[in-house]
Amino acid sequence: MKALIALFLAVAAVPLAAQDSMPPAPYAYRQLDDPAQEAAAQALMETLRCLKCQSQSIADSDAPMAGDMRHQVRTRIAAGEEPEAIRAWLVERYGDYVSYAPQISPVTWPLFAVPLLILIVAALILRRRIGGKGGE
Amino acid sequence: MIPELGLAALWLAAALAALQLAGGVLAQRDHAADLAATVRPAAIMQGLLALFAFLMLLRSFVVTDLSVKLVADNSHSMKPLIFKLAGAWGNHEGSMLLWVTVMSLAGGLIALIERRLPERTMQATLAAQGFVALGFYAFLLLSSNPFERLPVPAVEGLGLNPLLQDIGLAFHPPTLYFGYVGLSVAFSFAVGALLTRQVTPEFARVMRPWVLGAWVFLTLGITAGSYWAYYELGWGGWWFWDPVENASLMPWLAATALLHSASVLAARDALRSWTIMLGVVAFSMSMVGTFLVRSGILTSVHAFAVDPERGSFILALLALYIGGALLLFALRAGTISEGQRFAMVSREGALVFNNVMLSATLGIVLLGTLYPLLAEAFGARVSVGPPYFNPVSAIFVVPMLIVMTLGPLLRWRHDNIDRIRLPLAILVAVAVSLALLVGLLASIGLLPMLGLVLSLPLAIAAFLPLVGRRLTRVPLASWGMVIAHFGVAVALFGMASESAFTRERLAAVAIGGTERVAGWQVTLEGIDAVAGPNWTALEARILAQRGAGEPVRITPQARNFWTPPQQTTESAQITRWDGQLYAVIGDQTSDGRWQLRLWWKPFVTFIWYGGVLIALGGVLAIVGRVSGDLKRRRATRRGATRRKERVGLRGEPSAAGDTA
Amino acid sequence: MKRWTLWLPLGLFAFFLGLAAYQLTQPKDEFVPSTMIGKPLPRFDLRAAADGLPGVKTADFTDGKPRLLNIWASWCLPCIAEAPHLASLREQGVEIVGIAIRDRPEDVARFLATHGNPYMRIGADDLSEVQLAIGSSGVPETFVIDGEGRILHQHIGDVRAADVPELIGKLQEAGQ
Repeated sequence: MKALIALFLAVAAVPLAAQDSMPPAPYAYRQLDDPAQEAAAQALMETLRCLKCQSQSIADSDAPMAGDMRHQVRTRIAAGEEPEAIRAWLVERYGDYVSYAPQISPVTWPLFAVPLLILIVAALILRRRIGGKGGE
Repeated sequence: MIPELGLAALWLAAALAALQLAGGVLAQRDHAADLAATVRPAAIMQGLLALFAFLMLLRSFVVTDLSVKLVADNSHSMKPLIFKLAGAWGNHEGSMLLWVTVMSLAGGLIALIERRLPERTMQATLAAQGFVALGFYAFLLLSSNPFERLPVPAVEGLGLNPLLQDIGLAFHPPTLYFGYVGLSVAFSFAVGALLTRQVTPEFARVMRPWVLGAWVFLTLGITAGSYWAYYELGWGGWWFWDPVENASLMPWLAATALLHSASVLAARDALRSWTIMLGVVAFSMSMVGTFLVRSGILTSVHAFAVDPERGSFILALLALYIGGALLLFALRAGTISEGQRFAMVSREGALVFNNVMLSATLGIVLLGTLYPLLAEAFGARVSVGPPYFNPVSAIFVVPMLIVMTLGPLLRWRHDNIDRIRLPLAILVAVAVSLALLVGLLASIGLLPMLGLVLSLPLAIAAFLPLVGRRLTRVPLASWGMVIAHFGVAVALFGMASESAFTRERLAAVAIGGTERVAGWQVTLEGIDAVAGPNWTALEARILAQRGAGEPVRITPQARNFWTPPQQTTESAQITRWDGQLYAVIGDQTSDGRWQLRLWWKPFVTFIWYGGVLIALGGVLAIVGRVSGDLKRRRATRRGATRRKERVGLRGEPSAAGDTA
Repeated sequence: MKRWTLWLPLGLFAFFLGLAAYQLTQPKDEFVPSTMIGKPLPRFDLRAAADGLPGVKTADFTDGKPRLLNIWASWCLPCIAEAPHLASLREQGVEIVGIAIRDRPEDVARFLATHGNPYMRIGADDLSEVQLAIGSSGVPETFVIDGEGRILHQHIGDVRAADVPELIGKLQEAGQ
């Protein structure tokens, strides 16, 4: 749980020193004016991994680099770029690690094959257990 | 002297666990084995000794005995008493001791009172319990001794970190341990039943309160953890699918499935090997979770025990317990018939369906959590997050919710869908009109839509089993089911509503400036510097007004701690019946304004209310089941006495009564 | 139920054990490597980060001479630690181009005055744009760029004494 995380973080507290003093990027903490564009940006940001803080998306991190990434996402969306194109651009640079939404690839196919398998097994188990004559 | 007493008690307890194991195993071979008679007393003594050891550790913490390494590392003489106590289990060694203590006490309790199962099965169960405990004792004594002394006592403890002095942090981990312990008891019962081929409805009834108890604690643990993440991390998220969260969710899913399959076994004497399997899986999930969190192989940044030795030890225990149990399962389960097949339209048909769906969901969470590890072994790094977990688990969760809505309306054995035509029509009508209403008024995603549409019928259906019954005559356990199912609906509604309708406002605000979010007017009145014991903070004075309502002042903070140096955001909320306003103050911009983050989260609190209701339902079910068991026990005892008296009157040997 | 299906859970569990045991023995690195190795530098043009030194643009890397591209910042502690080793690389004739992440000119100037200046040019990347574009996830990081502006190698973390010969080797490879 997150409570445990905090415990660990506090135990292994990372020094604050490696922090810059620059103001955050313009669109790190500012929404796009167009609500539809902002919604698209928000949806994308929630699925991109913050590289400096593991297990958090860039949409919920205060790390400066996450702010810069939000700025990139928002300005690119505002410039009319498709969200998936932005994801692809980042994946080209950081690999699948940066995206929380795994795409089918030679590395990730089991993530999609296994649920299918589970579905089949579930159906088989249900057929074995259910559908006999009622009662005995 | 005190720590040595504790250590000695721990060694003695380990020896008794070994005796318990040996006695239980020998009892399987030869009924008259002398050791067999020692199994129950050994279990009771072992529990008391472990408790004694834990009390000695508590004492060392209370008096701040700085010659004990654990105390010196984790406590401080100036800490408030409550945090001195909590410090005893707020670390690896102490938490393992707490775990093994509760586990041994549970073992002692069943040795003391549980008489319903055949004695051989009980001995096998206690042997399994002794085996599990022995592993933990070995872990404590050989590699994580909580009573280790320092060669030279420390001058002062290192543990005055106010970040850790949080009442939530003090009691959150034990909640999860209690849940894990309950599952370990269920595991022992499953192993005992499998060893002696006594997978009976009676076994399910005996195991059920322990599973229920574990489930209540796990539910509370997950609910509390989720709320903590929500208010503490400062972005309003309540579930992240991160590995540590998943590690707590997986045992819960398994326990939920086990709970329901045990009900089928108790009521219908079917799903025998399935229930055994779930008993093993539920405990293994709590061990896997512990391993993942403490070995640091998944959540490398949250390094708690980045100690390969500890990780290997837990892994070895895992291999022994679960590998052994699964091997036994493979060898034995074939000789246990699964019992009857079920009619599709019946209470047990619905229960079986949802059991399979829950297990499938568990499979998905396990896969998604472990996959990055697997990919890493092949040199690739991938992330699996909400965009994967949400839709893929929904494949199984959505059918489950539908069946969960209807299942409690069905009768056991065999039912006819025609019989429930009226409630069914009402529920479908509610769902369809809700879908139309929401579809017309707002455009929201498919998953939140499904959540909303399913939550209301589920909430209604939860109470339908009460219709036409005298409420005072409804058994407590049935009330438990009603409340727990209603809690699921409430939580589901909160989750769907939060995902669908949250309004966000990020803005740089000048002092005196006003922002609007979803009907709220939020004015930044000022920024003050405030100081705490080891932090300074910028505190925003914010006046929030909803419509023409009374303005409310809230004061979110941006805190800077200096020991250790760390920044935290202290969010502030205003709770209304239909949601929460969530405010966070950020940095100052270059032109002197302040970053303000505001959210209106409709019905977000329902998520945690739902969690509490689910746990409450579990408590009612436990009380109902246990008091029922006690009543039955008293009745049989009275019956036995009466028989004996009658026999005594006739002047016949009293042994005749026992065989009757 | 068929007998072999009963062995399935044990098989899956053994698979998990194997995986977990293997991962326990693996050293845990927390770096996110760039996947831009072998690809050309993206196009950028950064203003100068400090007075007296020119800024950085992609064309600066395509004159046929291999270089190091050092991602750093004046506020980063390991950057202080690697300063002497960058200086020794500079002494051995290596050309180092710096990109300062989220930095102020006066801070950059103070850092260079205190810890020495191994850089030919320093660009200011205020929004981490170039850093993101080349797949760098932290400071400091050092990239080996060949004479045509292609990224050949990424060194994550501060450059230590032992890394100096390796980087020189990579540069020589790039020059061939």
